[in-house]
Amino acid sequence: MSIMKEFTKGFVRENPTFRIVLGTCPTLAVTTLAANGLGMGLSTTAVLVASNLFISLLRKAIPDKIRIPAYIIIIATFVTIVDMVLNAFTPDLHSRLGIFIPLIVVNCIILGRAEAFANKNGVVASLADGLGMGLGFTLSLTILGSLRELLSAGTLFGKNVMGAGYEPFMVFGMPTGGFLAYGLVMALLNYVFKKLKLE
Amino acid sequence: MANLVAIFFGAVFINNFVLTRFLGICPFLGVSKKVDTAVGMGMAVTFVMGLASLVTWLLEYYLLVPFELQYLRTIVFILVIAALVQFVELVIRKISPVLYQALGIFLPLITTNCAVLGVALLNIQLEYNLLEAVVFGVAAAIGFTLALVIMAGIRERLELVYIPKPFRGVSLALILAGILSIAFMGFQGMM
Repeated sequence: MSIMKEFTKGFVRENPTFRIVLGTCPTLAVTTLAANGLGMGLSTTAVLVASNLFISLLRKAIPDKIRIPAYIIIIATFVTIVDMVLNAFTPDLHSRLGIFIPLIVVNCIILGRAEAFANKNGVVASLADGLGMGLGFTLSLTILGSLRELLSAGTLFGKNVMGAGYEPFMVFGMPTGGFLAYGLVMALLNYVFKKLKLE
Repeated sequence: MANLVAIFFGAVFINNFVLTRFLGICPFLGVSKKVDTAVGMGMAVTFVMGLASLVTWLLEYYLLVPFELQYLRTIVFILVIAALVQFVELVIRKISPVLYQALGIFLPLITTNCAVLGVALLNIQLEYNLLEAVVFGVAAAIGFTLALVIMAGIRERLELVYIPKPFRGVSLALILAGILSIAFMGFQGMM
């Protein structure tokens, strides 16, 4: 039961993007297309699950004083692996996400979960936490990416859905649109949460 | 020389790190409530980013490239930056306790500021030489400081204004940043 709770909290109640507001740089930078958002989300999830697993396994072996550098090395190792895998199998996505793949290292969600959860909890709970948080992040990024792609190009995952007569809002494909879309969706969710009395 | 000037203005205004490259958003949203703290954070980041550009460039071309270890770049750079931040903290505490008091709380936060690792990686990607890399690092940090201070100025004024509840906090800050980035888009015609 509690494992299930650790898994599901990342989707809505403690959603990293809209509730805790972590990992904002990749959220804004890569969500010009739905596919980018999904790819970035899944890459981050892979790193988060692996780092949560290893940090949880090693939590008694790592001395308290040097834990942050130790976590950073573990995280950076998995980021390097993900970087190489993406480069080998999806070179297209790899070049579109560009510098933001190595920057997963400094995504505060990952170090945040290591510090707040994985170094205090068992392996199974940490895996559930990492997977849930990662998929919550993926969900948010995919929603934002879909919204921006739909508004700025009239397409969704590259397929035309708005018809030929659609006049695109170019601004949502630009940096400005990233900030506006993120801010507006967050305000909408704040309103919905308040109405549903979830907080 | 003209090249360096172009890099400098490009990094401060045209490709502002925060508003068009989306690097360093976390501190931009977190530390932009008061102008003095924004200036303190900006100074600390400028110092670390200049130094990090120098050190990571030297490491890339004198250690990683000769030994063909480029695949270790991410790990090496983040470790160097973390060590550098610790070192800078120690030195400042020893040399200038006043500055340490002012910057103190911001220094540890800089390790996870993606603008620092971002600038180190961009220096390599854009194939800058050592001087260009350092100028780019400092200019990027000045651009970050500029965005942070402008944002803090606006947010200080908004303290006294009525804001609808769902927009309070980060949501409004993001929308403000969006409007600010429209203003910075005006610089794109400069070069």
